[in-house]
This record gives sequence, C-alpha cells and structure tokens, in this order.
Amino acid sequence: MTHEPVIIARQLTKRFGPFTAVDAISFEVEKGEIFGFLGANGAGKTTAMRMLTGLLTPTSGQASVAGFDVFRSAEQIKRHIGYMSQRFSLYEDLTVKENIRLFGTIYGLTQRQIGDKTFQLLRKLGLSDEAKQQVGALPLGWKQKLAFSIALIHEPKIVFLDEPTGGVDPVTRRQFWELIYQAAHEGVTVFVTTHYMDESEYCHRVSIMVDGRIAALDTPRQLKLTYEADSMDEVFVKLARTTSLS
Amino acid sequence: MRIIFILIWKELLQVVRNRAMIPILTVIPIVQLILLSFAATNEVKKIGLAVCDNDHSTFSRRLREQFLSSDYFVLKLYTDDEKAASATLEDDQADAVLVIPPGFERQLLRGQPSSLQLQVNAINGVKGGLAGAYAGSVIQSLRRDLSLEIVPVVRQKPAVAAPISVSYRHWYNPELEYQTFMVPGILGVLVTILTMMLTAMNIVREREIGTIEQLNVTPIRKYQFIIGKLLPFLFIGLFDLAIGLTAGKLIFDIPMLGSLWLVFAFCVVNLIATLAVGMLISTAAETQQQAMFISWFFMMIFILMSGLFTPIDSMPLWAQYLTIPNPIAHFVDVMRKVLLKGSGFDDIKDHFYTMLILGPLLISLAIWRYRKTIA
Repeated sequence: MTHEPVIIARQLTKRFGPFTAVDAISFEVEKGEIFGFLGANGAGKTTAMRMLTGLLTPTSGQASVAGFDVFRSAEQIKRHIGYMSQRFSLYEDLTVKENIRLFGTIYGLTQRQIGDKTFQLLRKLGLSDEAKQQVGALPLGWKQKLAFSIALIHEPKIVFLDEPTGGVDPVTRRQFWELIYQAAHEGVTVFVTTHYMDESEYCHRVSIMVDGRIAALDTPRQLKLTYEADSMDEVFVKLARTTSLS
Repeated sequence: MRIIFILIWKELLQVVRNRAMIPILTVIPIVQLILLSFAATNEVKKIGLAVCDNDHSTFSRRLREQFLSSDYFVLKLYTDDEKAASATLEDDQADAVLVIPPGFERQLLRGQPSSLQLQVNAINGVKGGLAGAYAGSVIQSLRRDLSLEIVPVVRQKPAVAAPISVSYRHWYNPELEYQTFMVPGILGVLVTILTMMLTAMNIVREREIGTIEQLNVTPIRKYQFIIGKLLPFLFIGLFDLAIGLTAGKLIFDIPMLGSLWLVFAFCVVNLIATLAVGMLISTAAETQQQAMFISWFFMMIFILMSGLFTPIDSMPLWAQYLTIPNPIAHFVDVMRKVLLKGSGFDDIKDHFYTMLILGPLLISLAIWRYRKTIA
C-alpha cells in the first residue's frame, strides 16, 4: 500500500462545555484502507466522526479529509465523502428508486448517470423487484445495504459508516462486509465504527477509543500480540479495564 | 436549480404519500371556514331586556313595544319594582334594564324634558356597547314619532327642535351580512396558519427522524435547502386559497369585486413571510412538540392582533405598531379590501411593500439561523 493519507487528525479535540468528548486524538488513514474505529458507548466515536464529516466544528486541533481542512473547507469535504449514520436516514416514504434519484441529483450526477447507477445498484443488491417499493417497507438489513450503496453513489474517496450493522442479523452483516470489501478494493477508504468485535477483525487497522482518547491503534493481529489476547474481544476488555482502573 | 427542483419534487411526493395530509389540506380548512364564518359574527341579537315601568302610561307602553318590535331585544321582565328589575341584571337573566320614571308621559306632553335610565351589563364589551347603541336609536325613533304627534294636540310650537335625522347606509356590505364580511378574513387566517405550522413541523420532523443529518453531510447549499422547503408549502398555500375561495363563493356567495390575480399575487408575497416565520420556529425547536408550542404562541398573537375580530384602529398605538410584522393582519385587510370593496393595487400597495421587505428579511434570518452543523 502506498503511503497516501486521506484522513489526517492531529490533536483533534471537541469540548461540550466542561465535558471533553474527544481529547486530542491523532491518527492517519491511508487510501483504500478499512479503518475500524472502536470504543464503548460514549467513548467519543460518533463525535469524532461528525467532526471529520463536517457536521460538527472541532474545538481545537487540526484535521484534513480528502485534502481539505475541516475548519475552512467543510463544504468541500462533503463533496468527496459518503456518510451513513447510526440511524437509518433515507426517506422511508420514498421508493428505492426515488431515494437514489434524490441523492444522486443532490450530489450533482446527471440524469443519465443516475439511470446507470440505479440499474447497477439495484442489480448488485438484488433489489430490482423492490425498486418501486417504499423504503420503509424493506427489512432492516436491506435498508442498511441500500443506505451504504447510496452513500457511495457519487463515488466518494472516503465513506464514513457509523455503526452500520447495528441490529442486523449475522448473515446480512456478512453480506454487508462483503460490500465494504468490494468498495475498498475499488479504492474507497472506509472509516467504520462498530460494536461488534468480530467485525473489527475484518479491518486493516483498528483504533480503540476510551474516554475520548485513542488507547490503542494497530492491525488486529498486532493488537492481539501486544495485549496477549486470543481475540479482539479480549483486547477490548483488557483496554477498557486498565483505563477504568487507572 | 436541479437540486431545488428535486427537493420540491421530494417534498410534494411526501405530502401526497402521507394519508393524513390530504384531508388536512382540503377538508379541514373548508370545515373550519364554514364553522367559523357562521359562528364568528359581530352581530348581537336577542339582548335580554327588563323594563321597569313606573309610569304605566300609553307612552311608556309604546316605548316598550318599540323595543320589542326590533329583533334585537327580548323582554325578560315587565315590572314596576326597580329592585326586581336590577336583580335580573345581577343574576344574568337580562342584559339591560330600562327604567321609565313616573310622570314620563306627562312631562313629554308638556314639552318638558324627561329622562330614561338604561342599565347595561358590560362584561361582554361588544354586547354591552351594542345594547346601548341599539337602545339609543330605539328611543330616538320614538321621540321623533312623538314630537310629530304631540304638537297639534297641545297647539304649541314644538318644544323640541326638529331632530336632525341620521340615516345609515352600509357601504361594501349593504345587507350587513357578517358572513360575507368574515369569510375572506377567516380564509386568510386559515391559509397562513396552516402553511406556517406545516413548514415548522416538517423541518423539525426531519430533524427528529434524522434525515436532515443525511442532507447536512451532502454539499447541498443552505439557500437551496430553504427554497426547497419554501416553495412546496407556497404551492400548498395557494392551492388552499383557491379551494377556500371556491367554497366561499359556493356556500356564502361572497362578493369578489376586485381582481383575483391581485389576491393571489399578494398571497405569494405574504406566504413568503409566513413560511419564513415557520422556518424560524423550526430552527428554534428540537422536537415537534416544542415546535407546536412555539407555533401556538405566535398563532394566538397573530390571530388576535390581526384585525379579524377587533379593528386594528381601536388598539392602543403600541399594539398597532406590533401588527406591522404580523402577516395575518396584512392578509386579512387585503382580502377584505380587494374582495368586498374592489380595491386595486394602489389601495393595498402599502401592505404589498411591507411584505416585500418583511419576506426577504425573515428568509435571510432563517437562512442565517439554519445550521448545517450541529451545535
């Protein structure tokens, strides 16, 4: 992998009044990498991700995404990233096709590009028969796959996924990760938060956040060696324990 | 441009898909229009009257008959006990008490002045005021009749100078049909309130569901978002005005003397300001519940200070100034002037210009207040 960082964070900090949600985190993410962003509930994952996607202005520190500064060019960043939030946020009362058309147009795709994308996307997800169904009627797993594909509709350099597989069954989760791999293979950088430790094994590199700080950052293999653990689950528990004791 | 079009398309699609929305936009406003227009009249009829007759003369009985011959008064008590008469006022059986003094007829026949006493329950200001005014005109008309009759009998020069007669002609509403007068105003209020609430709730709902966050991570511009929200509700407002006017014509046969184009053109500039208020509300509210309460606050002030029920001219000066940024006040006045009086652009241009300043001002405020980032 060539050294070509697409996300750079230095001492990135977010405070809400007296509470420091994200405390001076620094890391880099390479192009085409699947970067796992782990942490317990309330560790600051979502806050960190919102700063990188331009939804939240950082309190201090520096960060650039796809070559654009988060303070000065938040709107430029938005052109080059895809985002899938924790909550399902496509329009449930619009059909599959209408959602694709809506977001395609917002990202500036031409009528023709949207037509092609719609066709490809429906075929890839096996949703051709459901194209004219309202999204609200689809099972959760399908909705999540659709949301992911729509987040990629404008072929962004980076896609941010905030707990994309929450509440989804194991089979669908597997299929979902296949989609992630496919995207990474095509050169998209994937920045993903998750609660599922088995999923973190699929990532190229993993960072574990505890109380707003990055407590560890390495490949899953190296992390297991360092913490003398058999699984990422164990690594996570050990890390969470040492910090809460200190 | 394409982005704005797609946002409008999406908004209208969502309205059509929402089952509750179609009746909210069509049936409910018409029901409200009919109910409110029949009920909300300024006319006061059937004022309960107690007469305390201490004279028991022909004239005093004539005075009583004069009162009852109009539609406005209903006799509740006829007595010569002043206490009993006043009591009817206290326990709400009567709204007014007429006291005829002893020697009423005699004094009049001699050409001497006589005085009647009228006690009015003024708890309801409008009813009290009108009862007094009606009574005054009834007494005047009896006096006129009597002055003509008495003269030849007594063979004197008329003791009372010939009274100046005042005749009334009600312009623009000759039959004094209050429904006619109320329908255009009420319609203005309905269109304004409906679209204001819809806008406020719609944006807050997107915030609650989380779809607004998805839009906020796209390169969509703030003005595109605001216009994409504004135009669909503007169309809905115009649509509701159209069905409201149709219903008003069919059911109440309201006059439409002025240009309907003018009404719709004013509606456009007026709705821009109204919808901007809705958007401002949405930027201040986190939940639909909050949006509801803030809207309700503005709604009450806007309606009660709109001149729909009480004329703006009779408000204290500071309150009159407060009606300037109130879109409903302008709309009610324009609707009445254009439809009932046949006013043209020149007569309503002040309202027009006020809205042309207010609208863009409020929109800019809404764009400025709307954040693509979270606090």
